[in-house]
Amino acid sequence: MRLDIRIPIGLMFAVLGALLAAFGIFSNRAIYQRSLGININLWWGLVLLAFGIVMYLLGRRETSSARPADETPEGRKMEQREEKMEIEGRRRRPGH
Amino acid sequence: MTLTAIDWLIMAVYLVFVLGIGFWLRRSIRTSTDFFLSGRSIPAWVAGLAFISANLGAQEVIGMGASGAKYGIATSHFYWIGAIPAMVFVGIFMMPFYYGSRARSVPEYLKLRFDEKTRGFNAITFAVMTVFSSGISMYAMAKIIQSLHLFDAAFNWAGVPTERVFDASVVISSLIVLVYIFLGGLTSAIYNEVLQFFLIVAGFLPLVWLGLKNLGGLHGLAEKAPRGFMHSWQGLAHPSTNPMGIEWFGLAMGLGFVLSFGYWCTDFLVVQRAMAAESMSAARRTPLIAAVPKMFFPFLVIVPGIIAVTLPSTVPLPNPAAQVAPDTKLARQGIIPQKVDEKTGQPKFDKDGRPVFDYDLAIPNMLIYYLPTGVLGLGLTALLASFMSGMAGNVTAFNTVFTYDIYQSYVYPGATDRHYLWVGRITTVGGIALSIVAAYAATRFNNIMDMLQLVFGFVNAPLFATFLLGMFWKRATGHGAFFGLLSGTAAAAIHHGLTLPEGALPGIKGGWLTGGGAIPILHWPWPSIPLAHRYYSEMAANFWMAIWAWTTCFVVTIVVSLLTKPRQDSELVGLVYSLTEKPEEKGVPWYGRPAVIGVVVLAAVAGLNFIFW
Repeated sequence: MRLDIRIPIGLMFAVLGALLAAFGIFSNRAIYQRSLGININLWWGLVLLAFGIVMYLLGRRETSSARPADETPEGRKMEQREEKMEIEGRRRRPGH
Repeated sequence: MTLTAIDWLIMAVYLVFVLGIGFWLRRSIRTSTDFFLSGRSIPAWVAGLAFISANLGAQEVIGMGASGAKYGIATSHFYWIGAIPAMVFVGIFMMPFYYGSRARSVPEYLKLRFDEKTRGFNAITFAVMTVFSSGISMYAMAKIIQSLHLFDAAFNWAGVPTERVFDASVVISSLIVLVYIFLGGLTSAIYNEVLQFFLIVAGFLPLVWLGLKNLGGLHGLAEKAPRGFMHSWQGLAHPSTNPMGIEWFGLAMGLGFVLSFGYWCTDFLVVQRAMAAESMSAARRTPLIAAVPKMFFPFLVIVPGIIAVTLPSTVPLPNPAAQVAPDTKLARQGIIPQKVDEKTGQPKFDKDGRPVFDYDLAIPNMLIYYLPTGVLGLGLTALLASFMSGMAGNVTAFNTVFTYDIYQSYVYPGATDRHYLWVGRITTVGGIALSIVAAYAATRFNNIMDMLQLVFGFVNAPLFATFLLGMFWKRATGHGAFFGLLSGTAAAAIHHGLTLPEGALPGIKGGWLTGGGAIPILHWPWPSIPLAHRYYSEMAANFWMAIWAWTTCFVVTIVVSLLTKPRQDSELVGLVYSLTEKPEEKGVPWYGRPAVIGVVVLAAVAGLNFIFW
């Protein structure tokens, strides 16, 4: 089965965002002197968390829109040409 | 620099996902096409992000930040002139032949269109070049880790001497890249490139935001930045009136046409991403989609460089160079310190006695200056990720070209697909092993690496002329292409031998045909030839070399083609513009059509150039 890239991206950013935000809540305020007094861990963590959740949901919702090459006229034409030129090795047959 | 548990945790999470993707994808690799071309099933937006990410290695991130600190917003020419137009061109005009011919690599297209020798020349030079780029990427990464003292604390804790940091960085990074490519092939590389794209944005956006906020926004930056740093075209009327030492014509033709089209339209490293797309229309949209974020990258990587030199020199230096002899005082520009000689530990000065600044530290120092632990871990992870995906891009391009264009063509043709899949995996191991050798060669013989890069520059400069004639002039022949390439390469070498940038001695920088110089083998037995021209900068010399090489290749290919026997029209269907059906766009909404996207992208770039005039 093919993996929709949005699922790992979503999961990774959700985890990273949650980690940063949690760290931001519990961390010592003194470390934010260099980020101009802004608790950048908390705020940026929340942004990344939201981004991660959205990506994950998008990836889950959408089933792959990719179609096998011989289902479109464009693809079929290409497959014929390919056969004629014999440039591609053994290909997967539909159904495999 | 001190990292805390949260920074390490972030790096660990990234590693888990990178390797996890490889293990997951292992199950979907059944044929060599799956391994080398992702089974041609990648959606356009994924291929598009991978298309720019493969090029966005850390040398690019570090280098563009450095160049931003040195030249200001004019660095964006490398994006707005030096990338976007070529990306639009390859999507609209060239992709129909790359994708439509079903060639599995750029050299294979040359074989279909021209002949065996042209393919062989391209395949072999490309394979050698990618291994070295991957090695240089590895070297640069290990160097950065070493100079930032990233892992020193961990090494001290484990009782291992810190001199081993370099070796450990090389070994660990190559193992990670090896595992995920070995398992998941190109798909793995592409997925990780997309991951890295988002990581770079996530790691650098807070940096740019904090920096701009600190200096009072873009307006504040424009007021405080060194003079002319926020204008990209001012002073380009003559090479002596701008810091890059180039005039507009050399810039537009050399960078904007020859070098940029040569890279984005013919380099298999990027073209491979589009060839893996799921359909012709997705392949054509790949570079166009890539062009949109590419256009805004200057704000992510160049602006931090400008901020780094604009900060007052009174702020504490975030990362004091550790190897300086304690009694020496370093000059500095913003938060960028003077360069230090590695051997003597003394600060460096140029021949006029002015301090030489270590601009490569612009991005790392900015990260350390603004980001607290936590987000800092994210920024560093993004940097490390971009090193690894740059390396992975080279490795996947190398294993494909080696397996299809060298092994299958010359060593062992006619084997089963399973055999070539196996060879691809072995080549991945071999390619990474060779990269490690190249990385160590770079530590020992800096000159040899410079030499190699120079030679590759000679080989690459004329390439776009060959493709342009091959795709749009059906009369072009194999002999024409081959001798065009050879003479273009020779023209580049001769141009380099007869010219010299300002302030350089004959040798690696040019002028080697004039006799004498720094390289002993180039002491010619005949009386020296006078120097033909002196350029204002190395950049100008490079751009003009490309122009000469391209023009020579273009002319020679035409002349030799006209003198040799043309191929039958029927053999060129699908390979040449005039003999290929235009891709159908029925059913594609107007906003999805490549030409429309291309025009919108170009208009936006023109707008950006206008704003930062």
